[in-house]
Amino acid sequence: MFTWANFFSQVFNGLALGALLALISSGLTIIYGTLGVLNLAHGAMFMMGGYAGYVAYDATGSFIVAVIAGSLFLLVVGVVLERVVIRHFYQRPHEDQLLVTFGLSIVLIEMVRLIFSSLSKSVPAPPLLSGITSLGITFYPTYRIAVVGIVAVALLVLYFVLFRTRLGMIVRAGIEDSAMVDSLGINVDRVFMVVFGIGAMAAGFAGIVNAPIVSLTPDVGEAILVQTFVVVVIGGVGSFPGAVLGGLIAGEIISITSMINPAYAYIMLFAAMTLVLVLRPYGLLGVRGRE
Amino acid sequence: MVANRRTFLRQTLAMGAGMGGISAGGLGAFGLLSPAWAKDEPPLGTWPAGSQGNSVGIGVAVPRTGTYAVQGEDELKGWQLAVEHMNSGNDLMKKISPKTSKGVLGKEVKLYVADSAAKPNQAVQAQQGFITQDKVVLMTGSTSSAVAVALNKLAQREKVLYVTGISGSNDTTGKDCVRYGFRQNFFGQTAAAAIAPVLVKQFGKNKKVAYMTPDYTYGHTVTKAVQDATKADGWTTVTNQVSPLGAPDFSSYLLNIANSGADLLINVNWGHDAVLSIQQAKQFGVLDKMKLVVPYQVPFLARETGGLMQGVYAATDYWWTIEDKYPLAKMFNAEFEKKYGYKPEWGAANAYVSFAHWARMVEQAGTFYPPAVIKTYEKGETIPSLVGDVHYRPEDHQCIRPVIIVKGKMQKDMKNKEDYYDVIEIVPGAGLMQKPDAFGCKLGDYT
Repeated sequence: MFTWANFFSQVFNGLALGALLALISSGLTIIYGTLGVLNLAHGAMFMMGGYAGYVAYDATGSFIVAVIAGSLFLLVVGVVLERVVIRHFYQRPHEDQLLVTFGLSIVLIEMVRLIFSSLSKSVPAPPLLSGITSLGITFYPTYRIAVVGIVAVALLVLYFVLFRTRLGMIVRAGIEDSAMVDSLGINVDRVFMVVFGIGAMAAGFAGIVNAPIVSLTPDVGEAILVQTFVVVVIGGVGSFPGAVLGGLIAGEIISITSMINPAYAYIMLFAAMTLVLVLRPYGLLGVRGRE
Repeated sequence: MVANRRTFLRQTLAMGAGMGGISAGGLGAFGLLSPAWAKDEPPLGTWPAGSQGNSVGIGVAVPRTGTYAVQGEDELKGWQLAVEHMNSGNDLMKKISPKTSKGVLGKEVKLYVADSAAKPNQAVQAQQGFITQDKVVLMTGSTSSAVAVALNKLAQREKVLYVTGISGSNDTTGKDCVRYGFRQNFFGQTAAAAIAPVLVKQFGKNKKVAYMTPDYTYGHTVTKAVQDATKADGWTTVTNQVSPLGAPDFSSYLLNIANSGADLLINVNWGHDAVLSIQQAKQFGVLDKMKLVVPYQVPFLARETGGLMQGVYAATDYWWTIEDKYPLAKMFNAEFEKKYGYKPEWGAANAYVSFAHWARMVEQAGTFYPPAVIKTYEKGETIPSLVGDVHYRPEDHQCIRPVIIVKGKMQKDMKNKEDYYDVIEIVPGAGLMQKPDAFGCKLGDYT
């Protein structure tokens, strides 16, 4: 159903949706780009961030505390998982990495289900950001508008860490030649642990920021994981800016297609991914040879 | 997901364990009835292998993960309670199936349970396993009519009986009906026929309606049924937002609805999709602009949406406060609450009654031989249920039973924390049904 008002609201909605997808995808792509591990437990980590935030919110009533708790909890979970499980898989074939992270995701999801059941849990948006705002052309939930800003800041911080700090330099060097970095006396092992932790934290942060938009269930990450992979493939596997671009493209595709034919909104996403894979297998901003 | 998760939980629910031999009340009384079938008929499906021992198995494929996990878990509770009652000869079970005292035909009933995640392929795979390995004599499962339709076909092919769990599509006992499948609960057609007059009376004629429809057999048939039932009163569809099962976000659909100029939002989404789409409709201000209607009510929806169902009309299969009118409902509520600590919702009630009806039919047939059991259902006799007397229609195996119209209670009117709905009307089933052949049902063969 086409009207200009609806068109502009959908374009804006695509931006908001895309921002969120970009944030979720960034953690996935950072881990893959650095460690070469395709982390299928990323959706589960996203979900756990939401639940950790929910618990913190329930205890304190503060959304800020919930965001901090959700992020930090996942940082810890990420580091522990990396030390106990993931690091043994860096040298193993990709299939093994997929299997172990897939297995981890089932364990994490069912643990949460055991504790919280499948009944959905809600985290309300902070009072300042709740309600609806008029954008002139349309009304839009205030919190979703705020999320665009929150995500922009978070992505800038991540960008700064990866591209403007010593840690980021080591990380990027580690991607190119970890043996050389190792021989320069830098503890690559520890850097990798930190990177996995940061990736998990990004997922957790996205999980709790997303919580007021959706209602939490143990399966909340599973649905989003598929989209996240689409985003990463479109943007370029392992490319941080690619995740941002891919997220925005995906958001716009879903929104604008839904206006023309809602039944095709999610299907078009996969059509776009297929197109990218055919024309540019390493993704829009990916580097040839690293796909 | 990349790979198919196969949570394969097998539970054996054997309450009255160790029922050595066959009790006097069991085969003794009914053995007389069975020879006509037992002697002349060659083996069929899991018969007689599945019922030669001291126990019989029922295969359950129900969503315990994914969008319909909450409702699936609830159905499972209903089946577990029913099996417990069959094996112990509980009074409520006896009210529906008088001859059931220690198991069905004297055989202890066991439940084999697998997670279907509401996916047809996963459900079929699990049930195939139960048929081959455990020789189950009955299958059940679904939420998701896509699963119900797939299991219907499996039942007909394998010649093993199937009673649906929650399934709202017209197709389940319509174009995809089978000789081996039976449905107890209400469905698109009866829901729409029951709720339409109430809606028109409440909101008036000539309304513009926005629909939200999940993109599979349940969604399409329910939406169409409501459209058809309200057409005569001038209700028109301004937009129909079709979305995939388990959509992670409904914002783009809701924007289309917000900009559609509709007076009403009829939301056919189910399970967590219903919860999420209603919560997001609130976030987008849609619920302030238009009235929400839920034509096929979702167990736990009022609880999960935190007040958003207040004042909302819905059609349902069972709501616990009808216990004032129906003594068996009162008994069921009490038994369910004693075991699980809360009031039952309609998924559990449907599960319980489906099993109780099956037990009754088997006892009456005096054999597990499937064609004999089917023919007993097809007699169309009036039998008790939690919502009064009902019967199964021989032409399409649909139970003719009332539909209950409810309206979400305001917080201030709730007498206790589970008092979410007012029962507005209990509409008798017979007048709601389509003609038996209207949806293209051809049942297929007995053998």
